[in-house]
Parts: sequence; C-alpha cells; structure tokens
Amino acid sequence: MRLACILLATSALSAQVPYERIVNADREPGSWLTYSRNYLGQRFSPLTQITPANVAQLKVKWAYQFDVPNNEVSPIVADGVMYVTGPNRAAALDLKTGRELWRWRRPIPADYQNIGFGRVNRGPAILGDQLFVATLDCYLVALDIRSGQERWSTQVADYKPGYSMTLAPLAYRDKVAVGISGGEAGIRGFVDAYDVKTGRRAWRFYTIPGPGEPGHDSWKTDAWQTGGGSTWVTGAYDADANLLYWGVGNPGPDWNGDPRPGDNLYTCSLVALDGDTGKIRWHFQFTPHDTHDWDAAHVPVLFDAVIRGQKRKVVANANRNAFYYVLDRENGQFIAGQAYSKQTWAKGLDDSGRPQVIPGTEPSDEGTLVWPNLNGATVWFSPSYSPASGLFYVAVRETGATYFKREADYKPGTFFAGGGQRELPPDDVWGAIRALDATSGKLAWEFKLNSPPWSGVLSTAGGLVFSGTTEGNFFALDAKTGKPLWDFQAGGGIGANPISFNIGGQQHVAIAADRVLYVFGL
Amino acid sequence: MRWILALACVFSAIAQTPETEPAPVGDPALGQKRFESQCALCHGQDGSGGRGPNLRRPKLDHAPDDAALRKVISQGIQPEMPGAWQLSPREVSSVAAYVRQIGSAPQEPVAGDAAHGEQVYKSKGCANCHMIAGSGSGYGPELSDIGARRSVAFLRESIVAPEASVPDRFLMIEVVTSSGSTVRGLRANEDTFSIQIKDAKGQYSSFRKSDLKELRKLSGKSPMASYKDSLTQDELTDLTAYLAGLRGKS
Repeated sequence: MRLACILLATSALSAQVPYERIVNADREPGSWLTYSRNYLGQRFSPLTQITPANVAQLKVKWAYQFDVPNNEVSPIVADGVMYVTGPNRAAALDLKTGRELWRWRRPIPADYQNIGFGRVNRGPAILGDQLFVATLDCYLVALDIRSGQERWSTQVADYKPGYSMTLAPLAYRDKVAVGISGGEAGIRGFVDAYDVKTGRRAWRFYTIPGPGEPGHDSWKTDAWQTGGGSTWVTGAYDADANLLYWGVGNPGPDWNGDPRPGDNLYTCSLVALDGDTGKIRWHFQFTPHDTHDWDAAHVPVLFDAVIRGQKRKVVANANRNAFYYVLDRENGQFIAGQAYSKQTWAKGLDDSGRPQVIPGTEPSDEGTLVWPNLNGATVWFSPSYSPASGLFYVAVRETGATYFKREADYKPGTFFAGGGQRELPPDDVWGAIRALDATSGKLAWEFKLNSPPWSGVLSTAGGLVFSGTTEGNFFALDAKTGKPLWDFQAGGGIGANPISFNIGGQQHVAIAADRVLYVFGL
Repeated sequence: MRWILALACVFSAIAQTPETEPAPVGDPALGQKRFESQCALCHGQDGSGGRGPNLRRPKLDHAPDDAALRKVISQGIQPEMPGAWQLSPREVSSVAAYVRQIGSAPQEPVAGDAAHGEQVYKSKGCANCHMIAGSGSGYGPELSDIGARRSVAFLRESIVAPEASVPDRFLMIEVVTSSGSTVRGLRANEDTFSIQIKDAKGQYSSFRKSDLKELRKLSGKSPMASYKDSLTQDELTDLTAYLAGLRGKS
C-alpha cells in the first residue's frame, strides 16, 4: 500500500512552486498556492464552472478525516496534491481521491499550554519544494513537499511564558513570515521573517515598541513589557511595493486598562512592514487603548479601486470592533469607514478614522453590557473580496456581552486577562453573511444565520459566495443578491475557511467541518 | 444549543492550566461578588439553582474536594458549563470558598409528606410528560435528580407557574407549513436552514425553513399548564417534598 502511495506521489509531485507562480496566482486559477489564494488576501477564486445555475448539484467527491477535532485548516492545492495541517501535524493528500501520500507529526510537549485559544492550526504555506508549518510549541518547520521529511526547524519563541503559533505562515520571495499567539498571557508580540533555505531569522518586528522607538510613548508605564500585541492571523503582501500588511492583537491585560494608560501602540492596529527588513512603513490603530479584546486579528484585504474619482491602492478591514475601514495602503491614510454590525461603544469614527468612544463602555466590576462581544463582530476567519462584484463579503457575529474588569497579576505562563465576559443567552444572538460595498462599507445585502458564525467566506468569479455555520451547514449564496442556492449538513461545526480549485480541470470547493475535510464537485 | 456553547468555548478561549502550586487562600466575600456577577445567571443569585444545579448542599457531584471544585470553576464542565477562565487563581479560590460556605449552611427544611406527594404525582398525571428513574414519558424535563438540582422554592414555583422559568432545550415552536397546517411542539434542534420539532406525542417533524409560511418562537411559553388551581395547598407542599427528595442514582 505504502509503496503504491509513494509511486503515485512521485508522479504527481514533480513540480515546484517558485515565488513567480504564487505572485501570478491568477495564471493558474485551478491552484490554491497561498493562504488567501493570492497575496492580496482576497480569498477569491477566478474559477467559473460552478455557478448559481448549477450549484444545487454539488456533491461530496471525497472526505478526509483528521485525528483531532475543531479543524480550522485552509489547505494549499498545487500540482495534484492538497496539503493540510492540524496542531503540530501536516499531511499531503492525493487530490483525486483524498488518500494520504505522507504525514508529519511533531509531539506537543506535555507542559505546553494554550492560553486563551484552541489547539488548532489554520494551514500551511508552500514555496519552492518546501511546505512551511507553524507549531503550537512555536517552531517554524520546513518540510520536503515530496516526502514530508523535515528540512529544517527553527524555534521562533519559547512556548513556556505563553507564546504559541496557530496561523498559516506567509511565504514570499525568499522568506517566510509568521506571527504569534499569546495575547492573553502578557507576551510582547512580533512578526518574524525567516530565510526559506536556511531557516535563519531575517528580521523581527516587535509590535510593542521598546524605549527610544517611535510609538513607545503611547505606553506611559512599564506595562509595554507585558503589553501583548499578538500577530496570530496571516497577513497580506503587496509584491510591487514589497510591503507586508499584518494585523496586531489586543493589549494586555485585555479587559483591565488601568495598568497601561495611553493608546498602547501598535496593539489593535494594522502595520505595513518592509518585506526585506521588517521596518515599519506606517500603522493605523483601529481601537486605541482597547479594553474589549478587539484584536485586529484579520487578513488585510488589498485591492485597487476608484474612490471619489481617484484611483487608489487600498487595504480594507472589517474589524473585530464592528467598524469597516478602507485605508490607503501606501501611507495608511483613512479613506472611509462605518459600522457594519451592531455596536454600542463608539458614536462613530472621526475624520482620521479614530473612534469617538462613548464614556462608560469599559468593562467594570459589576459588568458593562456592550456590543460586540469579545470575539468581535468578526474575527480570524477570512472575509472575501470579489473583483467581479466589487463587494466585500464578511461573516458577522451579532452578539454583545457583559464585560467584567478583574485583577491582573502578571506571572509568566498564566492568564493575564484582567477580566472577561458573560455571554448573552443563545437565542438572543445571531449571525449573518454581509456583502459590503468595498469602497465605503455600505451594506449591499445580508443573509441571516441562526447563530454567530466561526467560518470564513470564499467568493468566486462564477458568482457565488461560500461559507459555513456553527451548526454544520456549508452553503452557497448568490454573490449579487445573497439568495441561498445550496446547503449541506456536514455533521460538525464549521470553523474554517473555504477554498476552490480544480481536479482534472473540474472546479471543486473544500471546507473543514470539525473532524472532516469535505471536497465538493459537480 | 449546548454544543454551540461548547464550540464557542473551544474556538475562543479555554484554559487548561494544571494546578502546579498551592492554591491561594480564598476570600468568601470576594467570592460572593464574583459568584453573583458571573455564576448566578445559571446557579441562581443565592446559589440555589436555576439552569445550573443548586449549590447550597455539602456534596457536589463534580467537586468531591476543593481542588476539584477550583478546577470546575476555572475550566467548567463540557459541554454544559463554561469555565471562568478569566478569573485569577485568588478569585477562583474565593469563589470556591464562597460555594463551600453556602453549601455548609443549614439545609433548607422540607415541609410536607413526600410519600403522599408521590401519590399526588401519580394521580395528577405528571408522568404523562415527565420521567423519573425510567418510568413515565420523556416529553418534559427528566426529574430523577431534580431535588439535587433545584431548590424547594424553585420546585414549588415551577408547579404553579411553569412559565416563570422554562428550562433550556424546551423552547416552544409554532410553525405554519406551506399547506397551511400548524405544528406546535418543542424545538429539538435548529440550524440556519432547518428546524426539528417534537410534539406532545413524542413525534418528530423536520422542516426546511424556506418551506414554512411562518416560524414562531414562543419564548417564555411552556407546554406545562399551571397546577395552581388543581392542587390544594397540602397537595402542593407534599408534591414539592416528593420532588425535593429525588436525588438521582447516588
């Protein structure tokens, strides 16, 4: 059996995936070569075979069972192989059948703790003949795509004080970039880039500026040392400008802002970093001095658009804080923004995009009811931008919470949260897929969901939007109107991002639902 | 609904911190404050139970000792109880100290004749909707251990005013189908595209939401009628005593 697999693999895996293939992703729409398919973070497929007219005929073609629950993977598809990951694991699957070609495991240390999140992994990156996987215990590992054997592994951080990695790395040019989790453990966040050949660190950008660095004066006390600013969701890349765009997480302690007066840069911000050096080009802070855990933990979405008669290169972000933002991606200037979900904490945004905070909305000893809840109006699961429709599609969580402020004593490797939330009753909360005019955030349509979602969105040139529900429905909507056209009960909650690709020239769609990855085709 | 909560916990925040050093000394007064803001929603303002069990008793099923109690508080019980992972170790110890304090308070005296209450239970047809130790119908909540989970006052009120607190998973639904017929029952399950309903005979119906003319969620409605006028005061007291004595298998 094994020999047969290896033989099969040899024939399928003759190709490599150089940078030129990824940066020109539209030349091979049947592949899925980076986390969001293209570097722009769009999660849009140019494939057109599956349409509103025939989507109702979608059927399961094969399924793959993981050995752990709650899978959040967004696979990579290249040259007849699908690459999937889980916590400290990866596998290569034959694209025609779903049969495993190889698997890789790295033991999770017995004393490893996931402080504030699940033991998950959101996907691999591919470049050349290597697959890159970030592990919970903070190793970046390069695997040979033909065998799954390790080429190198590099320790990114020490997991013991609370650092971890759950994200898909972003491989670009000759580097692979990663961010880290740990925003509830008093870490000091960073984005790193590593040399793809040697695994040596090329640069590190600390999201909390140290003494003497610009932005440090936004921390009035020593709190910066445990200031958080995790970077746990994959960024986007503008190849022409050689700039990486990365979202930065919440300040610590999360719900008690007393020990950290100031705006707390660059927490809850988007940063633009030089791809060669990691030097910061600009930043935009969505939520200054956040006290609700509203990380900017989102894939930045890059596109070009004509706004008020001017051609602009922009980056858009539907933020956890319930506002949608359009920024000039060359300089970070605020262009447009408005709320896209119920929120009760700000009157609006001023001309510079800074929120006009309503007094009394901070967490308190007795509890403060605020929309959205700590998970935000949306969070790590990906939005989608369709160049075909000009719409920005986002899965929205309509739920508030009663926020508490609590003590926060820093001790390495323990919760450093300073509070928490009490959720609303399940029947008082709901969700939606919303289509926003990408240049303004104005609502075009919405499709209501029974409960707040944990699934990302995929849009296609065929005119469809795919997403999933917490109750296990995988479904397709008309991208123009939001009308539901097809749904499938996957038997497990969906908390992953959909992708689309070709098998033998035929368009397929894949989604992970709890323990199972499904591949659908006509 | 329960598993949605469980999923939410897994996706958002779960602490799995083993106790590696001695737990800090708890302060029951601080524990009471934390309890009233974060635990009372399910366990009742005074810990006498609600959606969650009555804690005003010396023995707790999931917490045989104080370390187990602290673990339950911080990590929860999957899938029905979320953990208070955001509390500091001192706060967790304090909530545990408060729970032990209310648990060691003198037990609520139970008036009434439980043996006669059992006769009332049988003669009034309670078993047509409820199950106790395997006997009866499973349309309403199972009562085998209801005395361990609910206070006497709560039980008494549930008999005379069932709609004052409708338990989770017993949401009344009314739908009008495309052919115009009306179906009423309890929600067994629901997602964005479909809903499953159980009627009083225990029959399940499943509907595509897009096929329904109307879908009404009758929040606060209970399929159980009030027994206020059909029981004497003595019968009510005896029935309450019978239910309060139901402690499950142990």
